[in-house]
Amino acid sequence: MESESKYKKIVYLTFPPDVSNKPVVCNLTRLYDLCFNILKAQITPRQDGHMTIEIFGDPQAFEDAMSYLKEHRVKVHPITQKISRDEQTCVHCGMCTALCPTRALAVDTVTRLVVFDPDKCSACGICTNVCPVKAMEVFPENGNH
Amino acid sequence: MSHEVTKTISEINARIKSGQAVVVTAREMTDIVRAKGKVKAAREVDVVTTGTFSPMCSSGMLFNFGQEPPVMRASKVRLNNVQCHAGLAAVDAYLGCTEPRRDDPLNKVHPGTFKYGGGHVIEDLLRGKAVRLWCESYVTDCYPRAALEKDITLAGLKTAMLLNPRNCYQNYNVAVNLTSRIIYTYMGPLKPGAKNANFATAGALSPLFNDPYFRTIGLGTKIFLGGAVGYVLGAGTQHDPKPKRTERGLPLSAAGTLMVRGDLKGMNPRYVRGVSILGYGCSLAVGVGIPIPILNEDMAFFTGVSDADILMPVKDYGHDYPQGIPRVLGHVTYEELLSGRVVVNGSETAAVPLTSLSMSLEVAQKLKEWIEKGEFTLTEAQERIVSE
Repeated sequence: MESESKYKKIVYLTFPPDVSNKPVVCNLTRLYDLCFNILKAQITPRQDGHMTIEIFGDPQAFEDAMSYLKEHRVKVHPITQKISRDEQTCVHCGMCTALCPTRALAVDTVTRLVVFDPDKCSACGICTNVCPVKAMEVFPENGNH
Repeated sequence: MSHEVTKTISEINARIKSGQAVVVTAREMTDIVRAKGKVKAAREVDVVTTGTFSPMCSSGMLFNFGQEPPVMRASKVRLNNVQCHAGLAAVDAYLGCTEPRRDDPLNKVHPGTFKYGGGHVIEDLLRGKAVRLWCESYVTDCYPRAALEKDITLAGLKTAMLLNPRNCYQNYNVAVNLTSRIIYTYMGPLKPGAKNANFATAGALSPLFNDPYFRTIGLGTKIFLGGAVGYVLGAGTQHDPKPKRTERGLPLSAAGTLMVRGDLKGMNPRYVRGVSILGYGCSLAVGVGIPIPILNEDMAFFTGVSDADILMPVKDYGHDYPQGIPRVLGHVTYEELLSGRVVVNGSETAAVPLTSLSMSLEVAQKLKEWIEKGEFTLTEAQERIVSE
């Protein structure tokens, strides 16, 4: 299973209006032999495209694919720029782990602290509402809340 | 019944004052009793400190905001637009932590986020923030003022105490959802088909698991409350004096509760946090730590409780709980819950904590430090809490 291969990364892509209607993402597989899983995708009324995508495969192929996307004016943002935890606010209760779909938030069974792994996070935003002390923050996509 | 070891609270206090008392946390005591046995542990240890940090919905602030002549007897009081209970004398009022802001959309768009309520007002006051006071009243010959609106701070309040009618549940339900849709409860979000089991309490660190028959904890017991000194006022509301118990005396249901009080002005917002529970409402997470004097080997035995000894009842919050059906799906140990996986109705499910165990341990350690430094001595309970 590709989804179990070692290298995987979640990125957030934005497509300008004249690119959002073209087949670009499928070329990640056709040209670079990468596998992907689209976590979230949206085309706004202004025809801007937004996509959160998890990519699996060879690290070099991943870098080449990102260059390909940039050549086609697709902006690539690491997901870590989209979500953060306020360490001063978090009380490490663990309630967020109930709904975190990618297990980016998990309780360390030894320290009993809630560990946040941004590499696993898909920035779905569910934790921002579940967290009782509002320690998780997702930055809005192009000002859309 | 005679004991091999007997100590009194005044003897322990004398040792605390001379810096000789041996104080350990409930977590440390588990290992000590296991290694040395209860009699030797009772000889060596004077005080065991416990701790918990969890949302405790039956909490609030009793306050007096002082007069601003012409004087007033307020009949409606709000703080930052959160309604307080004002059916008390003149400028006394009580703010409950679960009261949402008056303009909160509640669950109109389900699940509601309940961003701000009584608990958040209390935390804001502790953080030194100014809070908007709004009052209204009918007028009398002795109280001519009809309205008052101004900013207040904690330092400016005449009196502000945390007065919690029901805290520190002895044990608690493990919540699952057997229906086919997600539900949002005071025990957190519960996925359908019992895909997660949410649990509260700090287990072997929790105060009332360490004194299951309330032999030392009673009215007048001095405690750690929200980072300051507080007191137990007696049994909390819904206290169950006669629960079913395990062989070592631990209740198999929620059972005992405490009513507590402390001066808010000395408290630390790190241990008093306003919380918003998705789809349910507002609440207050409170840090409570209770010292248990090791008066004899029985108390050493009780405080030697381990997470594996604690059995917690699993209940369905999808159908049974809302309908008031007391069915218990089974019991799981706290140790199993901490592992992150438990078996419910024959299949494995994720165990999700709601009580911060790291903060609970911090409370127990803080209390231990206070006692070791000689700043905090123990008190004798003046009235027992019924528990058998």
